[in-house]
Amino acid sequence: MPRLVSHPDEVKIISRRFGQGAADIDKYIALDGYKAVQTAIAKGTDWIITEMKASGLRGRGGAGFPTGMKWSFVPKQSERPKYVLVNGDESEPATCKDHVIFLHDPHAVIEGTMIAGLAIGSKMGFIYLRGEYRYLLKIMEKAVADAYAKGFLGKNIFGSGIDFDIVTQTGAGAYEVGEESALMESLEGKRGVPRIKPPFPAVVGLYGGPTVINNAETIASVPHILLMGGDAYAKVGSERNGGTRLFGISGHVVNPGVYELPMGYNLKKAIYEVGGGVTNGRKLKAVVPGGSSTPVLTADEIDVGLDFDQMGKAGTMLGSGGIVVIDDQTCMVEFALRTIKFYQHESCGWCIPCREGTDWLNKTISRVHAGGGVEKDLDNIRYLAENMLGRTFCPLGDAAAMPTIGFIKKFRHEFEDHLNGKPCPYAHTEEPALV
Amino acid sequence: MADVTFTVDGKKLTAPAGTLLIDACKAAGIEIPAFCYYPKLSVQAACRMCVVRIEKMPKLQTACTTPVTEGMVVATETDEVKQARKATIELLLGNHPLDCPVCDAGGECELQDMTFKYGAAESKYVEIKQHREEQQWSPVVYFDRPRCILCYRCVTVCGPGMDVWALAIENRGVHAVIAPNEQDHLNCEECGMCIDLCPVGALTSGTYRYKTRPWEMNHVATVCTHCGDGCKTTLGVRSVNDGVEIIRGDNRDKSGMNGDFLCNKGRYAFDFANRTDRLTKPLIRQPDGKFAEVNWDHALDFAGKKLHEIREAKGGQSIGVIGSNRTTNEEAYLLQKFARTVLGTNNIDHHRTADYVSFAAALKGKAAHTASLRDTATAPAILLLGNNPTDQHPALAWNLRSNVRLNRARIYIANHSEIKLRRQAKAFLEIPQDGYASLVQYLAGNDGAIAANDSTAAFRDAIRKEESLVIVFGSEYRGRDIQALVDFGLSLPNTKFAALGDYANSRGAADMGLLPDLLPGYVPVGDAAHFTEEYGAAMPPTAGLDLLQMFDAAQRGDLSALYIVGSNPVSRYGVDPASLKNTFLVVQDMFMTETAALADVIFPAANLYEKSGTVTNTFGDIQLAKKAADKAGVRTDFELIVRLADRMGSDPKRLVPFGRGVYADMGQSRGAQSGEADRHAVWLAANHLEPKLSPFDPFATLDEIQRLVPSYNVSRLELLAGMDQQEKLDLVQIQPTASRRDLVLPAEDTLFTSGTLGRYSDMLKAIVESRTTPNPAETAAD
Repeated sequence: MPRLVSHPDEVKIISRRFGQGAADIDKYIALDGYKAVQTAIAKGTDWIITEMKASGLRGRGGAGFPTGMKWSFVPKQSERPKYVLVNGDESEPATCKDHVIFLHDPHAVIEGTMIAGLAIGSKMGFIYLRGEYRYLLKIMEKAVADAYAKGFLGKNIFGSGIDFDIVTQTGAGAYEVGEESALMESLEGKRGVPRIKPPFPAVVGLYGGPTVINNAETIASVPHILLMGGDAYAKVGSERNGGTRLFGISGHVVNPGVYELPMGYNLKKAIYEVGGGVTNGRKLKAVVPGGSSTPVLTADEIDVGLDFDQMGKAGTMLGSGGIVVIDDQTCMVEFALRTIKFYQHESCGWCIPCREGTDWLNKTISRVHAGGGVEKDLDNIRYLAENMLGRTFCPLGDAAAMPTIGFIKKFRHEFEDHLNGKPCPYAHTEEPALV
Repeated sequence: MADVTFTVDGKKLTAPAGTLLIDACKAAGIEIPAFCYYPKLSVQAACRMCVVRIEKMPKLQTACTTPVTEGMVVATETDEVKQARKATIELLLGNHPLDCPVCDAGGECELQDMTFKYGAAESKYVEIKQHREEQQWSPVVYFDRPRCILCYRCVTVCGPGMDVWALAIENRGVHAVIAPNEQDHLNCEECGMCIDLCPVGALTSGTYRYKTRPWEMNHVATVCTHCGDGCKTTLGVRSVNDGVEIIRGDNRDKSGMNGDFLCNKGRYAFDFANRTDRLTKPLIRQPDGKFAEVNWDHALDFAGKKLHEIREAKGGQSIGVIGSNRTTNEEAYLLQKFARTVLGTNNIDHHRTADYVSFAAALKGKAAHTASLRDTATAPAILLLGNNPTDQHPALAWNLRSNVRLNRARIYIANHSEIKLRRQAKAFLEIPQDGYASLVQYLAGNDGAIAANDSTAAFRDAIRKEESLVIVFGSEYRGRDIQALVDFGLSLPNTKFAALGDYANSRGAADMGLLPDLLPGYVPVGDAAHFTEEYGAAMPPTAGLDLLQMFDAAQRGDLSALYIVGSNPVSRYGVDPASLKNTFLVVQDMFMTETAALADVIFPAANLYEKSGTVTNTFGDIQLAKKAADKAGVRTDFELIVRLADRMGSDPKRLVPFGRGVYADMGQSRGAQSGEADRHAVWLAANHLEPKLSPFDPFATLDEIQRLVPSYNVSRLELLAGMDQQEKLDLVQIQPTASRRDLVLPAEDTLFTSGTLGRYSDMLKAIVESRTTPNPAETAAD
């Protein structure tokens, strides 16, 4: 089990039960567990959505869509059953926040799912874990079984007359199914390829029913928000970015780990104070701020607040909250190569720009890194990535193109250092640890 | 849905709300390129070629997934859009083998066309390409994997389109590849639709691959000779030293009733025409019992003289004629005219595969109640009784499936076996093999006719509630059962009917009077005044012998001559060869069939792909077949009939109304000078048609058919334009079925057989054999 880290700047809301044995249902109940769902039952659907909107909670998967608004899109009347789908297909490199939630606080996910179900009038929730999280499935399954045993799930929950069931499911190991419609396909037992939108899942989703799909962290935040009140939650964060967020700080950093910091927290402080600075006293070269798909920041671009809007202004993205610290001895070409290799491997192959583009980039950057590149290759890398951007069927193509454009734009000189048969000038450096 | 107005490239357009932008643009003449999109079949948004700029949208949008909305402003060919398409093509070309110089699709490849249009001429790609070996999936389907651009059209047409689901995607990312259902080969209906829809040369046809370049062929759109659906097929032909050879069958002309569809027979089973064992020289049996090759003059003289002798000596009633299900209407018509006016006999019949006679009788006096093949693709509800269209009428099956998929049509099926189309059926009723007649009684309200239960009641109630219904029935219905079925159908508010028979022109054979008791248009032989007046010749007044009676008469020694055109009754009806030993037998055929083998004279005949003329499918849709191929040595049945009449001393002009007036006044109608009514010339003039100048011109006979058979009076212009037209079956003269003999013998063909003809298609045989003895080691190319 990964060690838990702590820092005084943390505001522990979602992580307040971490390390306290809350995977045990009695312990969870003792720590205010299943109170929020009972309050939600008592106060009703409108209250839940009002609180959620007030909280300013934005989707923690990376896109940052306001959760309350998403829930309000689900039609009240539906011939087909409505579903809540928890996206635990946490696969973006450098991201490990949902992992700690499933590990330390599985009941928060269950309770959040129930509340989302109440909010949209659904009787069925699915918790979908990435294939590689099979070992966490046991914890989730036990938590669900315990909740059933207590009568919290199933028929007539908490005497409300409302039924609610939860099913857990793992994927088969595809980053692509982190995309919500591909996730639904996967859950339905089909090939994990995204669906054409519209219709959006809120209208036609899982098994054709209206479906709310939320990231596991988003869902786990819900009970806490209802307990503390939406307004109070919103105040913790920055403007239009309510609450806190789990940031996974990794790479060349003294104290790597998952920290819960308020939205808008300064990235530089996160690295130097919370993370304890760069290892071995080396200098910082670059930071990948929000999972491998977010464009890289150079060492002098990191004085920026960690929320969706400020990061957008800085030309990158908050993403999934996975901060990768890169020291001055790292080869950025190799880093770019590691990144594109991942997307080349994970591209589902459905659309041409992503399928062919990721492969082409992988081959070209590999060749450049091995010393076989010429000047024209660098223009071609940028051309390829720029022509993938915004052209693909789903965001995976963008996720591959954006960081590549960032690397070639900001570190072109390092690429140039590899051209015309030159050996990698950064050989023998340690590989950046992603987790 | 209500119309919306939107702007594309500065043009104001209007289309129903919900129309896909790509379709709305196409309708307005603005083409948006796409690889993965295929109209009415696949919306996949995978190729990203159809991206357009839509105002107020942050990114380029795919026109194949965007429905038009009011006020939408679209630009389809901006620099940004062109660049996006160019980049997509560059990406495709990155891993594409670029073996265009040898590729089957070279010259008709959408990837080539798009590369040409968007100018992705510079090779940016210097990496090693992904290579995969080519595979043979079946005798007719090859897959060159590196050429595949993964548009998934093949997967979609095989799945939702054909309901076969034999293709899928294997692996992911750049390793994704189309894979067949049996690992390295296909187990499917071999329709070849995947090849047809493939925009590049990835899927290629076993009959065509590496034989030619597309521009070296002529492409002739004609009508398939196999089943009774009458699909339009485009034959790719090329001159060879003994004629014009067919190299390819496909469906590039989508204007036919079959729409996008063509089955394996239409696509591959043209190869009988190119066989080396075709008869190309007339044969006469010698005293030693062996055939000798003779010249045409000799053969025609011999046969003509002999038939003349027999007619003079024993009368026309001692001669029989059997016509074909695969000759043109003009040939069938001419054959009956020859039999009745030259041979002087009503002993004429053909292999009947459906009871069109009873069908015509049941609809007597009720026009506009026949359904065309096109109707089956659009009718809101269809009742299918008997038959197995997936095997026997593949285009009908395609229409029914498409109708369910696109229009949510309701298909009701009753059958004695669980036919595959039940998967599209709203309701399926399994009935006993002999239960078709009782089912109709039940539907008509007789509760005790069958073992009724809740599901039969629901089936009946649903059908009776339909406000508009097409009833399609197989040859299970004959005689009085057809009458009962039609009576029931006409008790519903709006019903059309279709009778299913086999082969390209079975319906035409019946319509054209290849029947002992009925003249063209089902006019009773006793009512022949109209015809005798026109023919200027007497015809025997009473019904002749039917097909089986002719063989019985031969057995008794009462049939002195039998003239068989394009038919193999000896095999089909199990005729004892000895029964024909005293009958002078003249056979016209392509091959030495069981029937031809017994002949005294054999004339090598052309097939439907080697002649022009009209054919009528089982739905009564009339189409023009166009001559595509040619074979030195053979003659059309039309020409042979005329020549035989000539050698019998009959005036060809009486048989074929060619060039009337030309002989007398060099171009003016005879009537114009003499004051005598020249019915034909007057009719020609009224229809803006020219007199025909050759006795071998079937259009002269078509003129006569159109004058004498009112239901065939369809637009000549449409026919010549290659369009199908529904026969206007509106009968007044036919007598109700009283005691007609049931002579119907359905072909029971499968997807891979086609009567006698199918035996001469090596490709069909190869497919069947690959099924019975699967040997993957031999079928896979790698």
